[in-house]
Amino acid sequence: MSILDILKYPDPRLKNPSEPVTAFDEPLQTLIADLEETMRAGPGGVGIAAPQVGECVRVVMVDVSSKPKIKHHGCLILVNPEITAWDGYAVAREGCMSVPDYTGNVIRAVNISLKAQNAVGDTQEYDMEGYEARAVQHEMDHLDGLLFLDRLVSRRHDLFRRKTYQKKAQ
Amino acid sequence: MKNWFMLTLVGQDQKGIVAQVTAALYQAGCNLGEASMLRLGGNFSMMLMVNTQAESAALEQLLQPITQTLGLHLHLDTIEGQLHQHQEADVRISVHGADRSGIVAQVTEALAAAGLNIVDLASDVAGSEGEPIYIMQIEGVATQGIDALQAALEPLKQAQEDEDIQVHIAQIETLMM
Ligand SMILES: [Zn+2]
Repeated sequence: MSILDILKYPDPRLKNPSEPVTAFDEPLQTLIADLEETMRAGPGGVGIAAPQVGECVRVVMVDVSSKPKIKHHGCLILVNPEITAWDGYAVAREGCMSVPDYTGNVIRAVNISLKAQNAVGDTQEYDMEGYEARAVQHEMDHLDGLLFLDRLVSRRHDLFRRKTYQKKAQ
Repeated sequence: MKNWFMLTLVGQDQKGIVAQVTAALYQAGCNLGEASMLRLGGNFSMMLMVNTQAESAALEQLLQPITQTLGLHLHLDTIEGQLHQHQEADVRISVHGADRSGIVAQVTEALAAAGLNIVDLASDVAGSEGEPIYIMQIEGVATQGIDALQAALEPLKQAQEDEDIQVHIAQIETLMM
């Protein structure tokens, strides 16, 4: 296992869409082990996507179990993940190991249903919420060449103004 | 480039202030750092980090035709251009209520004493002329923890209940991915 270098924006490779995984072989297992070590090496890191280490394949890892008092599935390895349902939305602050020294507010679905393969290729289904759902959406964006910078909403005026706006819209 | 300046500019809001000022700086070979620009009560205000070889007088001269034509007040301070050292806010305090004098001072004094470093403060006077309301959002770093801030605001909340001033404090949880 080794800690891999994280690509930093504006590295153009972060903008590439990733390819589906077809072989659940030894190199995939090595990549997964390296991703986990790299994710845990970053301060407070709760997720990582293969393209962040220059591997353009549809593999992400998420582990929000360090956050207190929330629902989660532990350390999740998601291969070829697909979101099958979304519900609700919320604004919260995100940072990315590929975008040092910046954090920003992003809107994400609060609840998602997800279909993904695991490390050996078995298909699994998950329902998740909150931080875990947010982390998965952030990591899956990396697979499509998107960064949270592409989804920023205003740092100012986020909550109070938004509520007012919603009332008006009804 | 050798010099960093904080350029402060204030004037009546009108079309094209940002475009004209930044175009002049660009054409003169200046680099821009971080900036905050906004409309406050019909005025446009700009705080802009400018990196340049030029000295203060030359920079002022460069912008003089624009500030004169648009009637803007310009001020330059020599600063240390610290980039790539953002402080991450970990707490958000929002305050709102009927507008009255002293709200900002009371809230920020209590928070400062309890260890808050303010990173960002935005406030607005909304409502109507007859019934103005005051809205303030603060983001900062709770150097003594969020509980200390909570405790510091408690007496304020109690005292102000009859004045209908609402103070909310919430952790800003940043997910690093
Ligand atoms: Zn990321």
